[in-house]
Amino acid sequence: MAEFETPEQVLEAAERARDEGYRRMDAYSPFPVEGLAEAVGFYGTRLSTIVICGGFLGCFTGFFLCWWPNVIGYPLNIGGKPYNSWPAFIPITFELTILFSALSTIIGMIALNGFPMPYHPVFNAPRFDLASRDRFFLCIEARDPKFSVTGTRDFLLGLDPIEVSEVDS
Amino acid sequence: MDPADVNITTAVVETEEVIAPGHTYTSVSDRVSDMVLTWPIGIRWAAGLALALGLLLALNLALAVVFTIGVGVWGINIPVGWGFAITNFVWWIGIGHAGTLISAFLLLMRQQWRTSINRFAEAMTIFAVACAGLFPLAHMGRPWLFYWLLPYPDTMGTWPQFRSPLVWDVFAVSTYLTVSVIFWYTGLLPDLATLRDRAKNRIAKVIYGMTSLGWRGSASHWSRYEVASLLLAGLSTPLVVSVHTVVSFDFTIAILPGWHSTIFPPYFVAGAIYSGFAMVLTLAIPLRKYYHLEDFVTMKHLDFMGKVMLATGLVVAYSYVMEAFMAFYSGNSYDRYMMLNRMTGPYATTFWTLIACNLVIPQVLWMGKFRQSPPLLFAVSLVVQTGMWLERFVIIITSLHRDFLPSSCGMFYPTRWDYMTFLGTLGLFFTLFYLFIRVLPMIAIHELRDLVHKKSHEAKAAAH
Repeated sequence: MAEFETPEQVLEAAERARDEGYRRMDAYSPFPVEGLAEAVGFYGTRLSTIVICGGFLGCFTGFFLCWWPNVIGYPLNIGGKPYNSWPAFIPITFELTILFSALSTIIGMIALNGFPMPYHPVFNAPRFDLASRDRFFLCIEARDPKFSVTGTRDFLLGLDPIEVSEVDS
Repeated sequence: MDPADVNITTAVVETEEVIAPGHTYTSVSDRVSDMVLTWPIGIRWAAGLALALGLLLALNLALAVVFTIGVGVWGINIPVGWGFAITNFVWWIGIGHAGTLISAFLLLMRQQWRTSINRFAEAMTIFAVACAGLFPLAHMGRPWLFYWLLPYPDTMGTWPQFRSPLVWDVFAVSTYLTVSVIFWYTGLLPDLATLRDRAKNRIAKVIYGMTSLGWRGSASHWSRYEVASLLLAGLSTPLVVSVHTVVSFDFTIAILPGWHSTIFPPYFVAGAIYSGFAMVLTLAIPLRKYYHLEDFVTMKHLDFMGKVMLATGLVVAYSYVMEAFMAFYSGNSYDRYMMLNRMTGPYATTFWTLIACNLVIPQVLWMGKFRQSPPLLFAVSLVVQTGMWLERFVIIITSLHRDFLPSSCGMFYPTRWDYMTFLGTLGLFFTLFYLFIRVLPMIAIHELRDLVHKKSHEAKAAAH
């Protein structure tokens, strides 16, 4: 695990590690660094798919909720007006679409991130508490096929970090 | 010791940028998190909270009286059945809208100036919606039966009237509250992690640790976070427009002169943003002064907010003029009478005060000098909020008190319980707000770091 001072350094380090053939790594930063996720091998997220499914589900739920009682469950004939007066059902359909989408956004994000996870080995790294303040970390995991204690350490030391440390998993 | 007495190492310099120069990732993180973690509780904070708690007690008393004796203790009766409760409801909901607009719409527009104000503006939204939600509940008369509004398969086989705007309101407001809380919490996650890492106190560490859910700032976390916040912003923007549209449907779907008007939805949305930005200014100006936030909430922010207020105020002004014009142009004698009655009838004073507050006085914002002066801007923001409250009062009371038949004419006189319930919700709002600024970072720290990063890039690009 290597500690860096600027976002540019950690981005360059991640790209160099990738060129070197490392695949199982992760980078930690106090704010989103453009390109860093791609550099550590994280391409896209399924979150958008989850949210659009949630949105469609909300849309159908909202319309069904208005339609079923008015047409099937408890139809009331008021001056011969149509039971399925769909324009009047739009506001609730719309609100539930938004509600379900928003709920699937946060639940999806929490689930995909594996939260809640109060403990993680990287928290044991020295000064890792600075990852939420002003430092940038690159972690090459021991399960990477190319990983070796000395080789990886030498490689990381060559990237001009502040410190390189080993973290027990 | 008072926060005002804490030594600020850097001198306060008014700046024209969205963040004062010279800030680093470290300085912004420490500055904002220290306000929560290490700054002592100030005497002024404690006094403010005590005052707010006093008003909250008044709310408890007023609601206890309303619930035990009934809504008759308010001045409402037939024909004016809505009175203060619905006026306050619409006012509070409207205030909330600016928070969502700042956090969602300005994010989509990539406006950098939203960064320092979005967190407490979102908090303002949630607290304002909480206050708003109390009024329809209290106004029901039998609030313990509130669940009749919810669609559930009851033993009577009946359902809520899904064609009624009042039921749409239930869905719109509860969705709005839920989505606002979700958006706020999503943005808070990385900042809670910062507080967890910086807290020295064991209990604080555990609480922030649990609420931050194990945020590590990993590249994949940030990637999902960015997708999530963009999606939420995209969802909240139409939501905020729909909520006040649905609120305006409560009026427009009725046939009452003064309510039955197609101009209401856009007019209500503009009015909501107008009063909401006024409330953001009311909160931001004292906050920046007492917590020395001039570096983050700069003159540029105040200037921009003043401009937004002016622009939305002009939309509102246009709507007033159009409303009056259409009442006369329509040739409908009831509409015409409604307008004349507003201008010259028993509530003419409130009408002209509203015109002064919303139309005339805010025109001073055309002058840069006014937008650059915090005390004057603060004064204008209070005037606008008063005006917007009066606007809802005028729409509700003058329309209801004289409609089609002379037999259904009447007057509305607010009672002490009306005033107490209204002032009480101010207590609830400010209690929540005072607690918020002590336990959560009032500015989004990670977004400030991002802003510092972007600014340094811009500076480099300019140097080349």
